[in-house]
Amino acid sequence: MTNEALHLHAVGAEPLVVAADVRKRFGSVEVLKGISLQVAKGEVLSIIGPSGSGKSTFLRCINQLERLDGGAIFVGGELIGYRRVGDKLHELVDAEIARQRRSIGMVFQRFNLFPHLTVTENITEGPVQVLRERPGEARDHAHALLERVGLGEKRDAYPSELSGGQQQRVAIARALAMRPKLILFDEPTSALDPELVGEVLTVMRDLAASGMTMIVVTHELGFARDVCQRVAFMDRGQIVEIGEPRHVLGQPTQKRTQEFISMVRT
Amino acid sequence: MTDSVYEISHLTLVPRRHIGRIVGAVAVVGILASIVYSFAVGQIEWSYVAEFLTVPVILRGLGNTIVMAVCAMLLGLALGVVFAVMRLSDNPVLKHTAVAYVWFFRAVPALLQLLLWFNLALIFPTIGFPGLFSVRTVDVMTPFVAALLGLGIQQGAFTAEVVRAGLQAVDKGQYEAAQSIGMPRLQMLRRIIMPQAMRVIVPPVGNEFIGMVKLTSLASVIQFTEILHSAQNIYYANSRVIELLIVAASWYLVVVTALSLIQIRIEKFYAKGVRPVGGEA
Ligand SMILES: Nc1ncnc2c1ncn2[C@@H]1O[C@H](COP(=O)(O)OP(=O)(O)OP(=O)(O)O)[C@@H](O)[C@H]1O
Ligand SMILES: [Mg+2]
Repeated sequence: MTNEALHLHAVGAEPLVVAADVRKRFGSVEVLKGISLQVAKGEVLSIIGPSGSGKSTFLRCINQLERLDGGAIFVGGELIGYRRVGDKLHELVDAEIARQRRSIGMVFQRFNLFPHLTVTENITEGPVQVLRERPGEARDHAHALLERVGLGEKRDAYPSELSGGQQQRVAIARALAMRPKLILFDEPTSALDPELVGEVLTVMRDLAASGMTMIVVTHELGFARDVCQRVAFMDRGQIVEIGEPRHVLGQPTQKRTQEFISMVRT
Repeated sequence: MTDSVYEISHLTLVPRRHIGRIVGAVAVVGILASIVYSFAVGQIEWSYVAEFLTVPVILRGLGNTIVMAVCAMLLGLALGVVFAVMRLSDNPVLKHTAVAYVWFFRAVPALLQLLLWFNLALIFPTIGFPGLFSVRTVDVMTPFVAALLGLGIQQGAFTAEVVRAGLQAVDKGQYEAAQSIGMPRLQMLRRIIMPQAMRVIVPPVGNEFIGMVKLTSLASVIQFTEILHSAQNIYYANSRVIELLIVAASWYLVVVTALSLIQIRIEKFYAKGVRPVGGEA
């Protein structure tokens, strides 16, 4: 935790995400064995690590797609999943969990666009149905977002008519339409053909440059090195090493990190 | 030398003969012709069929059949959706209630259920809320109400299973994506999950609707005057049994054909955004 404190001090920003000793088990297997980290406002953190190390599970805990078995997560100073009343923690009801999720965007490996809605409708669904924005305004905003991700001319297409890279860019626009404080990316380019990876990473770079707080699980070490302020290496449910990319990726101090990086590089 | 083997452009092509197909077609046409012939020369007065096809009693029966089928199906759909959602709920009480509902109402024959509802007065002579109001059960349990409850509630049990299959057919990622934009559960089901589940739900529900149209004929045993009951009332009087059964059968054919056409339109509607199987987008 001292490293963490130092980091925030250095960045000079208040933490947007604070995870303290997060634990999660599936049956008898402990998948997260006490994850603690902080992400500053406007920071881009990438999480790397071998398959099955718990990266997705950690992201899903932040968005309450999984329940914690121990520890706590705060987003924007607000405790996730519970409400504190005096010295008691009350579990939140469905509607309150939904409210907390509104300010946290999520981009999935397999896009998960709504296939029965057009591209524009995919983006306006949340703002209109959840945030109760006016349909006209939401549509204008959606079209502006589509321009931003380079898909202005696809506004009336259905997801099935788009390439994987285009679908993922729509998914990013859908997350942005909710005006989130934080966006979680779970291997956003892993399901893409190699020639489509670049267009999605470009959008994510722009997003990072615009000051969005992002946590990105990725195998794209180049992206982690160039775009992220910090990289966390996770293995077997623990954060083994966390720090600036040039340290974690360039001169890792831990043996497991070294092994992983040399394996991914080749 | 080998060239001559590969040189085939001057040869005449003799199409393959489908002997099996020809034999099959002849046999089927022959059988169909003999059936048509035997009905034409049989003891059927076709003029009666034409005459009774549109008499008011038959048309009223037809109307009752359609109204009952639609009402019972709507009740079945409403119950089916509610119990399917309950079945998939994390709440063990809701879940097991749904399981028990499906178990009971799928197991007991529809005809028996109709008789039970119609004879409810034998168990509860009056129904109501103690101290507020009460009515005699026989006044409430008209043939219409008994048939509606009997058919609708048992339909709900079948529909619940169809709806559950539809909900489970929707990719888990769709639930997560809907949650990630902050949708509460019911809104997610209504806006995101159900529209996709409908593609799986509509074909079997169309099937069940057709089954329901025919199932309404059971209600004749509790004196509900649907079309078969009307036809029977007429032939008790004039003894034209076969002619009136043909009248009723004709109307069932018409109604079911109309339903099939409506089903095709509904399926098209819910195919939005889906690439046709085997076709290019
Ligand atoms: N719903 C679940 N039920 C049981 N076990 C699960 C479940 N979800 C994940 N696990 C297990 O938890 C462990 C961590 O999974 P997780 O998906 O978080 O790994 P990951 O680091 O994202 O891996 P990958 O790089 O392959 O995506 C794995 O061993 C996985 O099998
Ligand atoms: Mg994963």
